Amino acid sequence: MAKKNESLGKTLFVVIALCLVCAIVVAGSAVGLKPIQEKNAALDMQRNVLDAAGLLEPGTDVIAVFNERVETKLVNLDSLQVVTEANGEDAVNYDPIAAAKKPEASTKLDKSDDIAGIGSREDVAKLYFINDEQGNLETLVVYVRGYGLWGTMYGLMALAPDLNTVKGINFYQHSETPGLGGEIQNPKWVAQWEGKEIYGADQQVELDVMKNPTQPNHDIDALSGATLTSNGVDNLVAYWFSDKAYGPLFEKIRKGELSNG
Amino acid sequence: MASSAKEMKEVLFGPIFANNPIALQILGVCSALAVTSKMENTVVMCIALTLVTAFSNLFISLIRNHIPSSVRIIVQMTIIASLVIVVDQVLRAYAYSIAKELSVFVGLIITNCIVMGRAEAFAMKSSPGLSFLDGIGNGLGYSVVLLSVGFIRELFGSGSLFGYQILSLASEGGWYQPIGLLILPPSAFFIIGGFIWVLRTFRPEQVEPKE
Repeated sequence: MAKKNESLGKTLFVVIALCLVCAIVVAGSAVGLKPIQEKNAALDMQRNVLDAAGLLEPGTDVIAVFNERVETKLVNLDSLQVVTEANGEDAVNYDPIAAAKKPEASTKLDKSDDIAGIGSREDVAKLYFINDEQGNLETLVVYVRGYGLWGTMYGLMALAPDLNTVKGINFYQHSETPGLGGEIQNPKWVAQWEGKEIYGADQQVELDVMKNPTQPNHDIDALSGATLTSNGVDNLVAYWFSDKAYGPLFEKIRKGELSNG
Repeated sequence: MASSAKEMKEVLFGPIFANNPIALQILGVCSALAVTSKMENTVVMCIALTLVTAFSNLFISLIRNHIPSSVRIIVQMTIIASLVIVVDQVLRAYAYSIAKELSVFVGLIITNCIVMGRAEAFAMKSSPGLSFLDGIGNGLGYSVVLLSVGFIRELFGSGSLFGYQILSLASEGGWYQPIGLLILPPSAFFIIGGFIWVLRTFRPEQVEPKE
């Protein structure tokens, strides 16, 4: 028995048969469970949006609140036109981070423009408009991201209708050091963002993440022991709210010119 | 079945204290450091590892007489890796938030020495039933250590258990100043060291002879 096992034919047969069986099992579970996983991922993103906007309380029915209050819009950042689909997806399913990785759906950034270290920026932005009971804009949630110490930090930022005052920020995915840079998720640190103003008088980004803040209405106290993470957050704010990214779009929304067309 | 009830009992419960894979064999310590800062993650990791060990033992034992010894390690790895991927997919479908935190470490079950160690040392020479029990037993042994480490780390590091606040934190107006070290992975070394010390005090036969 033992001797027969060592023959070349038997070895090849066992290895190939095993690979086939394992491949079927692995592929079967991946394909079979995919719809549930995608639903989970979408739900998780909705929860992140509500969390950034400060609408997430324990026990909140995420799907109900999201469907009732949140309107998702796609806007082309170059033409500033509302579009109905981008990267082959509609507004609900469009993933700006996936789009940014595709050359045909994104713009490669020059070294000098790429202060946030993201490489390329998606052409079409996904915006979450959260309305109050009367249907007026209450909060706008936008995607932001930038390179921290170890990797890209992905966040959502909630802004008041003046598109200047910060209502909240939620870094939903990052790989910063737990206990140091990972504190960008700490509710206490996140809380100091509320009420800060991004722009100064001349529409330049004034919000800085720095040690010993100098402008109480603009600056965020940096995380101690996490200088590079704090710099990364500072850079991503400087990039996304500049006229290279959301700046012109915000100008248009403020004037009330962003139509639903 | 040739194996007696006594033998089965020994295979199942032996690894919990008498032959604990972490405390005596010092296997699988890496993941014990990483996932024990919260009880919730710890429990999921324990269940995942126990299932993987049990089923990889079972399948390897079923085909043990047909595995050519020249490729046996690769064959074992393939079976273990497939099981781990299935576990990871199931977690992503049914426990998404935990899967997000555990994801890397679930993948690392593949390299967890307990799974490989039991496959090579036990399942290759034992019947499928006993091998399955051995997998469960070693999973339980791993779980006992992980759960006690997780309990200490979450209770004293964050003042909570399973996410519920037990000790009110000084930062939120309470009285308890959490021990920051316990949130960081190295603290698990001290706790596992303490666990081994206690275990060997009660079971002096586990102490290695001086060289």
